[in-house]
Amino acid sequence: MAQATALAEKHKAPDGAAEAIHVENLHKKFGQLHVLKGVSLSARDGEVIAIIGGSGSGKSTLLRCINCLENPTSGIIRVNGEEIKLKADSHGHTVPADRKQIERIRSKLGMVFQNFNLWSHMTLIENVIEVPVHVLGVKRDEAIAQAEKLLARVGLAEKRDVYPAFLSGGQQQRAAIARALAINPRVMLFDEPTSALDPELVGEVLKVIGDLAREGRTMVLVTHEMKFAREVATHVVYLYNGLVEEEGPPEQLFGAPKSERLKQFLRNVG
Amino acid sequence: MPPGWGGTLLVGLLHSIEIAIGATCLGLLIGTGGAFGKLYGGPVTRDLLAVYTTVVRAVPELVLILLLYYAGTDLINQVLAAMGYQRVDISGLAAGIFVLGVVQGAYSTEVIRGAILSIPQGQIEAARAYGMSPGLMLRRITLPAMLPFAIPGLANLWLIATKDTALLAVVGFFELTLATRQAAGVTKAYLVFFLAAGALYLALSLFSNLIIGRVEARSRRGMPSVKEAR
Repeated sequence: MAQATALAEKHKAPDGAAEAIHVENLHKKFGQLHVLKGVSLSARDGEVIAIIGGSGSGKSTLLRCINCLENPTSGIIRVNGEEIKLKADSHGHTVPADRKQIERIRSKLGMVFQNFNLWSHMTLIENVIEVPVHVLGVKRDEAIAQAEKLLARVGLAEKRDVYPAFLSGGQQQRAAIARALAINPRVMLFDEPTSALDPELVGEVLKVIGDLAREGRTMVLVTHEMKFAREVATHVVYLYNGLVEEEGPPEQLFGAPKSERLKQFLRNVG
Repeated sequence: MPPGWGGTLLVGLLHSIEIAIGATCLGLLIGTGGAFGKLYGGPVTRDLLAVYTTVVRAVPELVLILLLYYAGTDLINQVLAAMGYQRVDISGLAAGIFVLGVVQGAYSTEVIRGAILSIPQGQIEAARAYGMSPGLMLRRITLPAMLPFAIPGLANLWLIATKDTALLAVVGFFELTLATRQAAGVTKAYLVFFLAAGALYLALSLFSNLIIGRVEARSRRGMPSVKEAR
């Protein structure tokens, strides 16, 4: 607990902001492979946490553990102060103990995936209203009005009745961001949102994410875009080999890295 | 065609269609449950389903029909007798639907399992990530997303079902083939009646293809045309 408090103090969070995401001593093993070896992370309201690190450092796994898309092997995860209840199943794997709880928590976390993962049998507007209408119980016409605003916001108002397969990667990812915003998420989780895009399409997606960051959305962002992380993040976490190697404000991490590994990493990607 | 017998053939066709629809619906229910059980079930469920699909697909359908029809009705009556109830006559329609449905279920299980495996898994993951319950995910995401991959296989099964109804003639169920044999036997106009029956089966298939084509086009609405990718 003392360690967690110390961790929280390092963050440059708005004064008195509540902790939206709290991860403590998280371990994740895939069989013999120990991917996360005791990672702690905290995101208070309004913070933008960027997670950076090399391939295989565990950054995507960490993000996917927050909403239990991957079940952590051990550790504590709190969302909005509510701890996700975990239990061991008959094979000894850790799984969410309470399906209703994990579904409720997931419906407050807007996840954006590397490969967009829009539902291919639904048009953009149907994709955006799906969760509000069927999971959150919003009235259909209200959800549609809201979805139209969101699609306009990401520049896709004219594409509302188009199926995802007929759109560019950048358009699909912007639609996926609109889908995440439609649930009015407490925290947005971005899993390498521009890694699957053609280089000329990266800018349009980063612009949308940057705007959201500047308006004070709470976000946890796994990214390879170092320049972007430096611009929008309030706190940067560098993972190496399943552990937090170094973390701090972006100016410090990118401007004056202490760890040799981080220096090496920044040289390689920069 | 000698008068009066045309109506007999049409009644037979109607019974065939009833059985085929009933068996296909039952088969789809079993197939959906079976596919999910095989993909996501525990080891016991998976083993039981493996036995079911292997045995049903290994034994000739005619044998299964005879076995399930005679042994099945006998078993039900023995159970009823043991519990002190009267023996019952199992309706040919119900028995036919049950027997063919069990057969269809085994094949459907594999068709639907393959179709679910063809869904880009990211779409299932997105549904989980947004807090969908398993039932909602099945109804809103998994079933509609797997449909385009399942339709060609399921359409085959439907066409087979329409013709497998002819096998039920052996247990005395009055469907198109039995109706034709009766009409032909009485009037001795074999060629006329069997050609007529063939034409009716063909018409049923052609009509089915029309409907299936529409359903398939609708299920593929979110997918680019394959022709453009040629």
